[in-house]
Amino acid sequence: MKLDSNCPSGPIETRWERTKFDMKLVNPANKRKYNVIVVGAGLAGASGAASMAELGYNVQCFCHQDSPRRAHSIAAQGGINAAKNYQNDGDSIYRLFYDTVKGGDFRARESNVYRLAQLSVNIIDQCAAQGVPFAREYSGLLANRSFGGAQVSRTFYARGQTGQQLLLGAYQSLERQIGAGRVTMHPRKEMLDLIVIDGRARGIVTRDMVTGKIESHLADAVVLGTGGYGNVFYLSTNAKNSSCTAAWRAHRRGAAFANPCFTQIHPTCIPVSGEYQSKLTLMSESLRNDGRIWVPLHKGDKRPPNQIPEAERDYYLERRYPAFGNLVPRDVASRAAKMACDEGRGVGETGLGVYLDFEAAIQRLGAPAIAERYGNLIEMYNRITGEDPYKEPMRIYPAIHYTMGGLWVDYHLMSTIPGMFCVGEANFSDHGANRLGASALMQGLADGYFVIPFTMGNYLANTKLEKVDGTHAAAREAVERTTSMTKRFLGIQGKRTVDSFHRELGKIVWDHCGMARNDKGLRSALAKIPALREEFWSNVKVLGDNEEVNQSLEKAGRVADYFELAELMCQDALDRKESCGGHFREEWQTPEGEAMRDDEGFAHAAAWEYQGEGKTSIRHTEPLQFEYVHPSQRSYK
Amino acid sequence: MKITLHVWRQKNGNSSGRMARYELPGVSEDMSFLEMLDVLNEGLIEKGEDPVAFEHDCREGICGSCGFMINGVAHGPMPATTVCQLHMRHFKDGDELYLEPWRAKAFPVVKDLMVDRGSLDRIISSGGFISVNTGSPQDANVILVPKQDSDLAMDAAACIGCGACVAACPNASASLFTGAKISHLGLLPQGQPERDRRALNMVRTMNLEEFGSCTNIGECEAVCPKRIPIEMIARMHRDYIKAAWTDRPASTGGGVG
Repeated sequence: MKLDSNCPSGPIETRWERTKFDMKLVNPANKRKYNVIVVGAGLAGASGAASMAELGYNVQCFCHQDSPRRAHSIAAQGGINAAKNYQNDGDSIYRLFYDTVKGGDFRARESNVYRLAQLSVNIIDQCAAQGVPFAREYSGLLANRSFGGAQVSRTFYARGQTGQQLLLGAYQSLERQIGAGRVTMHPRKEMLDLIVIDGRARGIVTRDMVTGKIESHLADAVVLGTGGYGNVFYLSTNAKNSSCTAAWRAHRRGAAFANPCFTQIHPTCIPVSGEYQSKLTLMSESLRNDGRIWVPLHKGDKRPPNQIPEAERDYYLERRYPAFGNLVPRDVASRAAKMACDEGRGVGETGLGVYLDFEAAIQRLGAPAIAERYGNLIEMYNRITGEDPYKEPMRIYPAIHYTMGGLWVDYHLMSTIPGMFCVGEANFSDHGANRLGASALMQGLADGYFVIPFTMGNYLANTKLEKVDGTHAAAREAVERTTSMTKRFLGIQGKRTVDSFHRELGKIVWDHCGMARNDKGLRSALAKIPALREEFWSNVKVLGDNEEVNQSLEKAGRVADYFELAELMCQDALDRKESCGGHFREEWQTPEGEAMRDDEGFAHAAAWEYQGEGKTSIRHTEPLQFEYVHPSQRSYK
Repeated sequence: MKITLHVWRQKNGNSSGRMARYELPGVSEDMSFLEMLDVLNEGLIEKGEDPVAFEHDCREGICGSCGFMINGVAHGPMPATTVCQLHMRHFKDGDELYLEPWRAKAFPVVKDLMVDRGSLDRIISSGGFISVNTGSPQDANVILVPKQDSDLAMDAAACIGCGACVAACPNASASLFTGAKISHLGLLPQGQPERDRRALNMVRTMNLEEFGSCTNIGECEAVCPKRIPIEMIARMHRDYIKAAWTDRPASTGGGVG
């Protein structure tokens, strides 16, 4: 397998401009002759589908939800970065680029990140024109805040519902194209296989989640915007039905999967309360702008927080990182919380929690100002825990939130299967080993609105494609493969529910491939996962039939993929013998407990090639060059 | 605590349904309502019975997937709370709860507590947008938007499209949903060029989808998990009446050249 990033060379400021000029165009009258499949209708999928339809392509868009408006992008709270420098505080495209490369701990491609920073500016213009109700000043100008580790105010937001409003903007654009007949929407259809003909992606196989019908859809190109794989941990902040299935099935057909061990743990989530827990709830990290994080100074201090005097509190982030304080990047904040809890200073019944305290901010600004900024988050916290953050500090704990790894793509966002593109969180491209706050929305929309419409045209203009339909042998074979997998699940009739397997798998991955990893733990996970997978395939209990709404059957397919992915994550984590960003190997840390990179050995993306069920995948590498931002140890002190 | 559930069971849109009774001992008060249903379903699967189908996804109250009637109230007894954010601490030991799907002609039942809300998407696709193609806009700060308009637009845009307003309305009207989108876009300067056409088209689609009419009962506002005020319906009516009076056939010569 050859990994050619297709990155342009020359001055970084003009790379995207020159690439666009060099790309071939499709004649406007010919665009409607091309069919493009878009899987997923979140920020990246919906914006890509709508933008390509506006250009004139025939688009088929698929999502597993009942409506494209429900994709999990909707749950993003805090904001979206853009290098507008509206606040005159020294921001620039170069600074956003620099912050993102550094924040990603030097494991992302400079060319991609620079393009992302450039496009950030266009995204805000586009969304404001769509009627996204961004927060504004009394002057009528757009408001900004600083967010998640940034020292400039470049984050645009719509209360605590920025993801919702951006998604609805993309959704409305998509609905406009559906109404105009240029996009055919297929809700409640889950992609279960990729159809590859003559080495090119030509279609997908889906299961209708109401009737059970398994069918093929053929096209000239396929775009996956199917999100991340955080639910491999079972407990995560992802939506319950978010999964890796579409990406994983494409991986099985030959798309390389890059850096699976780069997962992001978000520092501010509501702690777990019991065994029945079905998901974790994120509290926007904007809370860290005004909240102070602390634990008791002494181990085992069980007094209620209000009775612990100031001198016996350890504001550990402010102490360890005086320059950034509570605003250090996510990976640093998460590990520091784990460290405090491992020392026995954790709070709450389980001891797995730290305080996030608004007392000082309420004294400084008054409760109404805090309510205006964080009202909906505080309300949500109160609803879930029954506690009142205006009176006592919140309890928070890190939880898995975002996955930087994903399908390997080149500068054109094309995977190793020609004709299959991958956008948004589903690809691996822009965040390196750690994503900065308010950058996920930016990347999803940059890919969908501003990259894929160009690169898709270039691919189609340069490629001669035979006409194919569902009768093609490869399409029929893919449908049969999917049908027999479905039958296999229904035929096992074992004793354990799908969820019970998923929960057990998630615990293995969290314990050994979570916030901190080591050789011994990873090896033990690599022994446990195949054993559990074997039990799954012989003892899982999926009731009912295929030809009906069958939520257990849907879950079974996804969990089967998590087993394989979990193994690859652990293998990737084991082979990456360094610490970087969200990947923290205990063997590689500085005496102060900070991550220690190995730029000699690991300044590369690791892209895995699938070899078949139960077989070890092959690790390929794409070297990363840093011409502009020179790798240094990240310091937030 | 012990909870008794009576749940609407219906195999699919073509079969008739019935209420089924389930007893759940050992419900923890820290569970969410849907986690209680997860526990019910795990038990049903272990016994070899068909689990209850219900819609859910984010479980953070924002995707709008979940929702059913609890004792006749959309999303249950807590104001401004979707059913996924409703926790069992708000119920008492020994409570008997009746769970039913949204009931509306425009929302056919898919299975058990799941309904088809595609009609809401069709209302949006008939006009709930600003027709701006990707790449054409000018700098975002060129058009100023007064903060109070922007804030009010955000109040309207907070709608999650769950359909509780329709389910709660005795007329099964989608006026609050439609009014929220018409208001959101109509309050912003960017939404002005299409304001009349938007109101006419969206209201027409709402009627074609066989949603009922608004008679100002106010149940929708009472159950809305995002507290969308009924004022949005008044805004829709104002826009619609104004547009209906001033609407003229489009000039056929426009744009030709």
